[in-house]
Amino acid sequence: MSGGAAALIAFEAVACVRGGRTLFDDISFALASGEALWVRGANGVGKSSLLRLAAGLLRPIAGTVTRRARHAIADENPALDRELTLRNALAFWAQIDGRGLGDVDDALAALGIERLADVPVRILSTGQRRRAGLARLITSGAVIWLLDEPANGLDPAAQTLLEAAIAAHRAHGGTVILASHQPVDLPGAQQLTLAGAGA
Amino acid sequence: MMAALFARELRRSWASGAIWLPIAFFLLVATLYPFAVGPDAATLARTGGGMAWVAALLSALLPVDRLVAPDHDAGVLDQLAVRGFADESIAAVKIAAHMAGFGVPLLVALLPASALLGLSGATLQQLATGLAIACPALASLAVMTAALTANLRGGGSIGGLVLLPLSVPVLIFGAGMLNPVGAGGGALKLLVASALLLTAIGPFAAGAALRALRE
Repeated sequence: MSGGAAALIAFEAVACVRGGRTLFDDISFALASGEALWVRGANGVGKSSLLRLAAGLLRPIAGTVTRRARHAIADENPALDRELTLRNALAFWAQIDGRGLGDVDDALAALGIERLADVPVRILSTGQRRRAGLARLITSGAVIWLLDEPANGLDPAAQTLLEAAIAAHRAHGGTVILASHQPVDLPGAQQLTLAGAGA
Repeated sequence: MMAALFARELRRSWASGAIWLPIAFFLLVATLYPFAVGPDAATLARTGGGMAWVAALLSALLPVDRLVAPDHDAGVLDQLAVRGFADESIAAVKIAAHMAGFGVPLLVALLPASALLGLSGATLQQLATGLAIACPALASLAVMTAALTANLRGGGSIGGLVLLPLSVPVLIFGAGMLNPVGAGGGALKLLVASALLLTAIGPFAAGAALRALRE
């Protein structure tokens, strides 16, 4: 399972300190094409911080994070303009990412929200908004997916669609890091359990 | 990609109606001022220009709480950072968009305002020149303040305290241009210099503040 030199994303002895508290240290892993990592742990042990480190939004206090492909992150913020329709809000990011409207519609269909395409983002429910954020990530065409609690607020049908989308992404050579305290079906995924080093 | 960001900024300020807020404020002050100081045309013409400067400065402050904070809360800034946008570029785009969305309507609103205040054509011309020079500086200050206070509750009110001292040089030299006895040319050069300084540091100061928001 080990990625070795061909790793798309690798952590080497990474430590994270937030607000003067060590969340974790000496975290190492490597993910190659088609592989996945499930980050587990209780609330507040640093799952989200690990994903923000992987995304380059935080700098590690020690160790190195290496990425060899484009990445995208989906967290609790959908980052979609509330006043736009879902399709237009996603189209903004598609334009930034150099993708087309066809990619937006494909992503909406993959998550079963194609009939919401013309609905303004502000009236979407929590679960629909979460799916919209995932659609933004799928639209981006990034190779490395970073998913922070993607199943939060999803109904069982939507979770099945999410798992199918992840499986398809891995089959096409992508890699996934998923942080979740809920069980998610990730066949053959590496597991990393954060215990809270400073606790 | 920068063009897409710029277009989004303008679209948002237009769609939310926020583009009218500074203009309405500016015209409101110009309307109320004659009631406060009396209808004497000579007094109005002498003091109206300085009053217009103060009103323009304060109206630049009004949208501070929606320039950066909503994008921070919605995760838009994170998504841009993931895509490799430099914080300085994001700040520069926001400054340019604020300048276009605030400065241009302000200059248009100057016409009815000068009529309300009974300003002479020469004063209006100097006022318009001065405000056009100061607009990039005011936009730069507003975005800087917005980025610095994006994490704070009630950031708008603190924003005023941050922004006002920095804007004093622009105000002094801008209003100084209107002074009939003083050397108007000297004030113009100093206005350009102080406006240029604020405009130049804006993207870097605001960019650093955006970076600090992520920590």
